[in-house]
Amino acid sequence: MERVAIVGVGQIQQERNKVQDTFADMVFEATTKALEQAGIGIRQIENVVSASNDFWDGRTISSMAINDACGSYDKNISCVEGDGTFAAFYGMTRILSGAYDTTLVVAHCKGSESHSAHITNAMFDPLYVRSLGVDSIGSAALQARRYLDRYGITEEQCALVSVKNHGNAFRNPCAQLPLKLTVADVMKSRMLADPIKLLDASPISDGACAIILAREPVARKITDRPVWIRGVGYCADAYHLGDRDLAECDALSKASQKAYQMGGIRNPRKELDVVELYDAFSYQELLWTEGLGLCGRGEGGKLVESGATQMKGEIPVTPSGGLLSAHTVTAAGLVRIAEAVLQLRGGAGEHQIPGAKTALAHGVNGPCGQSHCVWILGV
Amino acid sequence: MDWLANVEAMVHHSRIKVPYTWSVGETGSRFFVELRDHRRILGRRCEGCRTVYVPPRKMCARCFQDTGAWVEVGPEGTLLTYTIVRYANELQPVKAPLAYGIIQLDGASTGLVHLLGDVDLKAIRSGMRLAPVFQEKRAGTILDIAYFQPVKAA
Amino acid sequence: MPNRVAIVGTGQTHHCTRRLDVNGVELIYEAVQRALADAELKIQDIDGVIIGNMDHFEGINYVDCWSIDGSGGFGKPTMKLTTGGTTGSTLAIGGYHMVASGMFDKLLVIGWEKNSESDTTGAITTAFDPIWDRLVFAGAISGLAVEASVYMATYGVTEKDAARVTVRDRRHACLNPYAHLRKEVTIEEVMSSARLSDPLKLLDLCPRTDGACAVIFASENVAEKICPKPAWILGTANRHLYTYLGDADFVNLPSLQRASAELYKKTGIREPLKQIDVMELYIPYSFAGLSWIEALGLCKPGEAPRLLWDGVTDLGGELPINASGGVISCNPIGATGLIRCAEAALQIMGKADKRQVPDVKIALSSGFGGCFWSDVLLYGARKPL
Repeated sequence: MERVAIVGVGQIQQERNKVQDTFADMVFEATTKALEQAGIGIRQIENVVSASNDFWDGRTISSMAINDACGSYDKNISCVEGDGTFAAFYGMTRILSGAYDTTLVVAHCKGSESHSAHITNAMFDPLYVRSLGVDSIGSAALQARRYLDRYGITEEQCALVSVKNHGNAFRNPCAQLPLKLTVADVMKSRMLADPIKLLDASPISDGACAIILAREPVARKITDRPVWIRGVGYCADAYHLGDRDLAECDALSKASQKAYQMGGIRNPRKELDVVELYDAFSYQELLWTEGLGLCGRGEGGKLVESGATQMKGEIPVTPSGGLLSAHTVTAAGLVRIAEAVLQLRGGAGEHQIPGAKTALAHGVNGPCGQSHCVWILGV
Repeated sequence: MDWLANVEAMVHHSRIKVPYTWSVGETGSRFFVELRDHRRILGRRCEGCRTVYVPPRKMCARCFQDTGAWVEVGPEGTLLTYTIVRYANELQPVKAPLAYGIIQLDGASTGLVHLLGDVDLKAIRSGMRLAPVFQEKRAGTILDIAYFQPVKAA
Repeated sequence: MPNRVAIVGTGQTHHCTRRLDVNGVELIYEAVQRALADAELKIQDIDGVIIGNMDHFEGINYVDCWSIDGSGGFGKPTMKLTTGGTTGSTLAIGGYHMVASGMFDKLLVIGWEKNSESDTTGAITTAFDPIWDRLVFAGAISGLAVEASVYMATYGVTEKDAARVTVRDRRHACLNPYAHLRKEVTIEEVMSSARLSDPLKLLDLCPRTDGACAVIFASENVAEKICPKPAWILGTANRHLYTYLGDADFVNLPSLQRASAELYKKTGIREPLKQIDVMELYIPYSFAGLSWIEALGLCKPGEAPRLLWDGVTDLGGELPINASGGVISCNPIGATGLIRCAEAALQIMGKADKRQVPDVKIALSSGFGGCFWSDVLLYGARKPL
């Protein structure tokens, strides 16, 4: 397979309420930054794939809101409704198909403009679940309880994730919520839905992110620091929560196995230098580290306790502060890719993992992590 | 760009109002009619893998074929997982704090998401045995089951 | 090396006003089962799924997740593409690139809509910008009415000329068992139908439909083993030019002009009227059947009525358009653009039954939606070089 690289990324300040900015403003800023980092102009972008969600945006053709702002005028363009990691995959195939040399992938979301309970309640089946009033937090709590019960993971172990990620956020200027926390702080925070407490949950955020993909020969002309896509895989689990064993994440295992296979990764714990995963809730980081094969089943709690996933640890996880520090929904996975790219380019500033050569980025769609997309990037 | 410093950032408040009439389909309709008229809970079995789906499905996702026999399940079941939601949102059918659970009804392979009620919230544990409590007046919706409550020990 | 890509199977539901017997997931399942049967494949043979619809028509968030029981996406790579009315063609284009990339050998592409479940105008209105457009410019019809008025004023085209498009599409639909509206209408009936938004009357417009369509895209490694006469994708192009309604250029649909110009250039089409054997066009209202075929380069601006009245675009004419009956006869929006793709493929594959155009070597399908956006694809009977 021909090689495709990421040649530039753009992120914007993630905030609770970017009242000065529309979706288009955010997308324009992220796109402009990505172009600046790549050192190219909009004319060198041959096609665009955007990622957005009609419910979060309050518009039924959400891509329309940002058409102009991502420089797609007079270009070929498409839209993935889902997390940016999936859009990036599609953007990559549009290069591998031979059709385009470069693709801009851009994602946005403004949590401030809607009531997340309504938006996430709409994920659930209108006939069987929606009228129960279930939303993303309630459903995640069902998963968290199942996972904790099955494997004896403790709430304190989950809290360690929150402490770590909010702490990491101090070193990431784009993060929304740097917080100096102890486990006790998390444990004392307001219970939302047992066992998920306020500080176990991600915030409401506004943000956007853009990345630029290019075919190898073009990538090499654009930058001397291309970040190669070594592997990518995605996979969806069953939909009804009761059809799934919520303590497991088979879809993530399958997706990561595909990505590892494609990328020639045999021992992820050893071969990955940094992991940016989709930690919408603290328990999810533990569960996803298991699904990614960074530790055995049920050992996510032990992994975080060991300190191995700290920035100075053996396998740093979410040095950016993750979703717990800023949750831009459809953009959040693309931010994980952007963060991984920054790490591999040596451009992650104060949250740089020194010498990072191989990184994993992860995105999620659907309730309780129904569908996962895993990226392996390398230099 | 000085004008940016003095701009009044306006916010436009609005709501989307789109009414929906979802087709339940024949399979779902049978399930809801049974709830409404007979206070019975039905599942549907895939004859390929023998999975009994509750709520019933017209097709089995794994075998990718039509499901076969209707199977009465429950009424009792086992609690697979639960949570107690402490915050209020406009969509909750009962006042917070409220408990949700995923209940595997006897004879079903899958779990049903529903409310737990008439229960000491502190005493809820996975593995509890539960039974449905039906509304007096039923309309053919999932809320014809008011909630699941713990089975009283003999 | 990128793979060459062909369509090896299609499936559609019998589109109608309302399917009460199935919910959305079950509707999708029906189309998928038919496509698998057409290609003589099982779901295990499929490597991945892409699916689309317009969210607010059914009010379901994360449809790719919700529909997994019926889409065949369980345990597979599944994702949703959506761009409003162009969703179906966006999906077809997605199917092409995903398979051409080498990442999939057999990809299932699904478009669907259950328009009966919502108020279409209420839902479509949410597509438009809430600050600038939504309060003053509601629904799909008004924008199209403006375009029609401009076209009439610029070229002297009449309402009767437009009615000829409806007459053609509705007549063709009688030969298509899947089409929603299968009753002919006359020019007089179109002209006397209720005025909705001048100059548009009820019979100038498309219906609201429940329906699903599934198409299987395969790489060259397997396409010919699966299907004796697959429909090869020769090229794709699109333009989603506008963001605000006021920006739109209401003359000659520039998005279609530019997309088709790009498509023709990369596929060697210099005289579309001569070189293309059949077209399945997303014509949601009658006037578009005139002005947009000018945008496609079939004739000079203002001359389309002549092509219609001369029967050039009828079955039996030089370039039949919408042998399926088109959108005026059937519009399950998220599926509509994909149905155009499926119908074009059926023509190439020789599987179009009573609506078959003889000896189809090259076919074109289009999609329309959003803010005057256009997608186009070209298909060929011969494997591209």
